[in-house]
Amino acid sequence: MIGQLIFAVCFAVALFLFSKNAQQIYRNIKLGRPADRSDKPAERWKMMLLVAFGQKKMFKRIFPAVLHLFVYLGFVIINIEMLEIVIDGLFGTHRIFSFLGSFYNFLIGAFEWLALGVLVSCVIFLIRRNIAKVARLNSVELKHWPKTDANIILITEILLMSAFLLMNASDLKLQLYGFEHFKSVGSFPVSHYLLPYLPTSTEALFLIERSCWWFHILGVLAFLNYLPYSKHLHIILAFPNTYFSNLNAKGKLSNMPAVTNEVKAMLDPSFTPPAADANARFGAKDVQDLTWKSLLDAYTCTECGRCTSSCPANMTGKLLSPRKIMMDTRDRLTEVGTNIKTNGSFQDDGKSLIDTYISREELWACTSCNACVEQCPVNINPLDIIIELRRFAVMEESQAPASINNMFGNIENNGAPWKYAQLDRANWTQQQ
Amino acid sequence: MENELKVPTVAELLAKGETPDILFWVGCAGSFDERAQKITRDICRILQHVGLKYAILGTEESCTGDPAKRSGNEFLFQMQAMMNIEVLNGYEIKKIVTACPHCFNTLKNEYPSLGGNYEVIHHTQLIQNLIDEGKLKPADKNVFKGKKITYHDPCYLGRANEVYEAPRKVLESLDAQLIELKRCKSNGLCCGAGGGQMFKEPEPGAKDINIERIEEVIDAQPQVVAAACPFCMTMLKDGVKIKEKESEIEVLDIAEITARANQL
Ligand code: SF4
Ligand code: SF4
Repeated sequence: MIGQLIFAVCFAVALFLFSKNAQQIYRNIKLGRPADRSDKPAERWKMMLLVAFGQKKMFKRIFPAVLHLFVYLGFVIINIEMLEIVIDGLFGTHRIFSFLGSFYNFLIGAFEWLALGVLVSCVIFLIRRNIAKVARLNSVELKHWPKTDANIILITEILLMSAFLLMNASDLKLQLYGFEHFKSVGSFPVSHYLLPYLPTSTEALFLIERSCWWFHILGVLAFLNYLPYSKHLHIILAFPNTYFSNLNAKGKLSNMPAVTNEVKAMLDPSFTPPAADANARFGAKDVQDLTWKSLLDAYTCTECGRCTSSCPANMTGKLLSPRKIMMDTRDRLTEVGTNIKTNGSFQDDGKSLIDTYISREELWACTSCNACVEQCPVNINPLDIIIELRRFAVMEESQAPASINNMFGNIENNGAPWKYAQLDRANWTQQQ
Repeated sequence: MENELKVPTVAELLAKGETPDILFWVGCAGSFDERAQKITRDICRILQHVGLKYAILGTEESCTGDPAKRSGNEFLFQMQAMMNIEVLNGYEIKKIVTACPHCFNTLKNEYPSLGGNYEVIHHTQLIQNLIDEGKLKPADKNVFKGKKITYHDPCYLGRANEVYEAPRKVLESLDAQLIELKRCKSNGLCCGAGGGQMFKEPEPGAKDINIERIEEVIDAQPQVVAAACPFCMTMLKDGVKIKEKESEIEVLDIAEITARANQL
């Protein structure tokens, strides 16, 4: 009875804290500018099913994709197991789903194999990050917290899976002893190998079973609340993020409507543009100037670095890293969110996404090649952010590199980015 | 080069009471860059050879605004776009072919919401169609037969617009030995010129992007590397020169390859 009560309280507190955090993230994302992603729902569902559920883009790299698939399936399927644990915890039952009979045996068997898969995958992931030093998992932006974050996640998963298997093993041993509470259910294809290593005393077994049970569920609840502070948030946000993917050709950049109005007014004096929003900026100086989709992108980034390792600027040693663009955007957004929370509304802190976080040198190194967009397993678009920051630098501050300004001047005066006269445009027809 | 080139402008056709079936959008590089001009002329040879009624805008053409847009100057881009759209709509242009993937992308994707709606194709797509229709046929003993050819995907044709097959189909028709680069199609590696980079020095780094690309080309040991973008052409050509491989590797546009194979 006491156990049930403690469990109920823990469960409620965990859910409450998580929903508070989730609200905070939702609020932060809503700080962004509007972007319409409500069209073509059928196409969007398909995209989500393929890319998030189906892990389609992960398979551009086979080895990590297979390992990730284990962890992913483990996560999805073990949720069923979590349901049983929660019901058992609340009502003091034991293995409530066991009435499913042979199907239950199948389920437990599947969970066990998946748990083993997750465990092994996480160990390999740890090795790749810390010992084998795979380049894209060890670049500059992954020092300090991001590195710790990744390791915390992996170690937690290993511990959770170990607890799960150990719990099953002790349960099985108690079942074999014929305890009434531990009725003989489930097949334990993995954990039965642990039996010889368990103590024989029933008290000890009972203690192991219960502590693993508690460790497992409390661990999961704690993990749930860790998500909002971690790149691991992608296990939730990957789904909406792929649903709201850009469905246009990758090469298509938005035509800023505010600019269209001004240009029309310039070309046609009779055109009166609709009143412009006085606070609106051209391009983005800070996170609030980006669209909500870019902000959702930032929270969804898993820091896998596939974008960066395919970025031509990055691979030739330039400062630009699309992953860093995403991480900077998220870090700045969190900071702005905290600012708003403490002050009631945003108070100028003398910082901005451009310069404080992302330098001009990074911005101007981008070739707009879309390799980062193509590679991202959760359809994030770092290029959108880069272009918005460039727009701010050029249109609000007139701060482009001199050679870029020359190019602008040439287009304006000669209708070509080079210094040739428009009248000479067809001279090539005169030569054979 | 037996054919003498006669390149009509839309205005000239109009004076005769005619309209072109297809507008050839030459682009700034194709108009002014000496190397790209050769590609431009080969495209005209192809159009002339198959008897397509085409025309150029000539001095009425202006930059699409792509480099301005990608460098963040949306004002300049839209000024260019609206002026171009006015000219194109004035001539009631319906269909456009262009040799520049940047022009292609902008005309196709970014002009419609500003009032410019055209069917836009890239010259590699046009050539592929002409081959499919039997209007272009490489000579039996064309100079590329048996040669090792590889193709460099331009970002703005490939990833940006998912045109991967047309240029490859054109090369396949040559009886050449096609080899793919390690990074190709959607994984293709940028030449380093897009997004305004063509017009400025690269940021400091370990090497230039076109060198990285050329090293991969050299690894594949082709005799010809095919390009389909005037910017890629410049970058690849410079790379080959820096690596002193000019005598071994020739950089040619798909249009030039087609013109040569058809002995135009
Ligand atoms: S679009 Fe820019 S950031 Fe993305 S891969 Fe290309 S150069 Fe790198
Ligand atoms: S943006 Fe995408 S590819 Fe890049 S690190 Fe984040 S999740 Fe990975």
